[in-house]
Amino acid sequence: MAVVFERPHALTDKVFSYCPGCPHGIVHRLVAETIDELGIEDRTIGISPVGCSVTAYDFFACDMVEAAHGRAPAVATGIKRARPDNIVFTYQGDGDLAAIGMAETVHAATRGENITVIFINNAIYGMTGGQMAPTTLPGQITQTTPYGRDVKAAGYPIRVCELLSTLDGVALAQRVTVDSVKHVREAKKAIKRAFENQVNGRGYSIIEVVSACPTNWGLTPSEALCWLRDNMLPYYPLGVYKDAYPEEGGAKK
Amino acid sequence: MAEKVLMKGNEALAEAAICAGCHHFFGYPITPQTELAAYMAKKMPKIGGTYLQAESELASINMVLGAAAAGVRAMTSTSSPGLSLMTEGISYMAGCDLPALIVNVQRGGPGLGGIQPSQADYYQATKATGHGDFQLIVLAPSTVQEMVDMVFLAFELGEKYRMPAMLFSDGLLGQMMEPVVLPEPGDIKTVEKPWAVTGHGGKRKHNIVNSLYLEPNLLEDTVRARYERYAEAQRTEQRCEEFMVDDAEIVLVAYGASSRICRSAVTTARQQGIKAGLIRPITVWPFPNDAIQKAASHAKAFLSVEMSMGQMVDDVRLALNGARPTYFYGRTGGMIPSPAEVLEEIKKIQEGK
Repeated sequence: MAVVFERPHALTDKVFSYCPGCPHGIVHRLVAETIDELGIEDRTIGISPVGCSVTAYDFFACDMVEAAHGRAPAVATGIKRARPDNIVFTYQGDGDLAAIGMAETVHAATRGENITVIFINNAIYGMTGGQMAPTTLPGQITQTTPYGRDVKAAGYPIRVCELLSTLDGVALAQRVTVDSVKHVREAKKAIKRAFENQVNGRGYSIIEVVSACPTNWGLTPSEALCWLRDNMLPYYPLGVYKDAYPEEGGAKK
Repeated sequence: MAEKVLMKGNEALAEAAICAGCHHFFGYPITPQTELAAYMAKKMPKIGGTYLQAESELASINMVLGAAAAGVRAMTSTSSPGLSLMTEGISYMAGCDLPALIVNVQRGGPGLGGIQPSQADYYQATKATGHGDFQLIVLAPSTVQEMVDMVFLAFELGEKYRMPAMLFSDGLLGQMMEPVVLPEPGDIKTVEKPWAVTGHGGKRKHNIVNSLYLEPNLLEDTVRARYERYAEAQRTEQRCEEFMVDDAEIVLVAYGASSRICRSAVTTARQQGIKAGLIRPITVWPFPNDAIQKAASHAKAFLSVEMSMGQMVDDVRLALNGARPTYFYGRTGGMIPSPAEVLEEIKKIQEGK
């Protein structure tokens, strides 16, 4: 019997620990497929964050480091400077990347560190049970914004790709989502370009994946995707925010 | 024998680190370690190494963590307020069993404190350099030559026991100039690092550098195994220098800059007929308990002299466990005790005041 679909080699056989409807599994798979297609698993080093994907080190078959909350870009920098021929990626959530680790994020980006960053933006802290994230939408109800995010008190959400796109060191900043087959395909293409940029020594690439968190949004998986389309995508438009090498035929905005 | 050169402590330490095969330096500017980073910035590009000025001490220690995880010799240097910021990363490095070198050129505290020499970070270095159960190897040089020699020792012990190692300096030692002999190139003792993340190369299962154990029994087992290594280090790595201790009735205990002052005070006391001696801890962790206990067989009293309000004195007391009275004399905030002040304290003890 012909095998038509199988687990990417760059994923271990460990069963994902993620909730039903959580896009981490899809994004893990896209990263792993990319690693397989580029033939780089043997020299790739991944960095897992603090957040729901903290145990990503069990799921990716390449060498892995688990970083302190927010410090993944600094850890990645240390690894990449020590081993420039290795492929180094971080996998971070919104609290990790855009709150506690914003300084590390901005400075790794402006240095043009030749790393790949996969950024999961689901507008909430998942692992700790649904607190306000730096990307929580105005009015969005979370455990720590029980009356909805009041921008007068809690400020406005951060649009990471837009912010980083102003930095000269950034090779690629692109926002994608994985709510449909079409979008999954686009996300795959973007992630692959982000890794290819590193292989070609082009500097910092970040792919922001607008994601759902059905559990902490208090919705079913399908309701969560509708909420994502109706609320997240208008605030976080998909597209390419910076592409320093457009001649490579990257995804169009 | 290599020739002697006159060097500033901070610069000699930097050169020694490069000689020891450390080609990855990550740091954030702070006084009084400035010359160390500046030396690295000048030297590293010429040897194909990395000097990276990070955005903060939080970032620099995590860059060190990354480079150490990747299996290379890596280091950072900072001073007291910066070390406080690094404690998060140091805890993670201890939890990941990663060797690396951290230099603390101590200055006065707490808070922004001052920029003059101090030894007020002793508790932080030896008791709680971050959250959780762990220890660092902590080496305390007292001369510029020792700064050079201890860089090698710090990397070697760190790698042997898989612990981060600290070179515990201060603004006085960092800034002063003394003649030093630098090591000959090529004399580096390294170890295999099969645990490092280097890319599995298709030859082994993936390596994971991690400090997370969600199962409490696994975490306890891991910490216990780590403490067995600590116990081994305590048994075999205690180092100190003894000066006129053999027949001493009053034994001073002092490390680093304050030990230099105590040596003068002990010499003068001897000239005045007082049987004083000095134990100078070289490893402040592991603390030289054995030498202190041995000295208690003939000494009548101990005096811990520090540039702090009294921190190491606790370890002297723990080592003695009440066997002998233990006194403390210190100056703090960047003030340096004078030999005359220390001599005065020795006399007070001698006279039973």
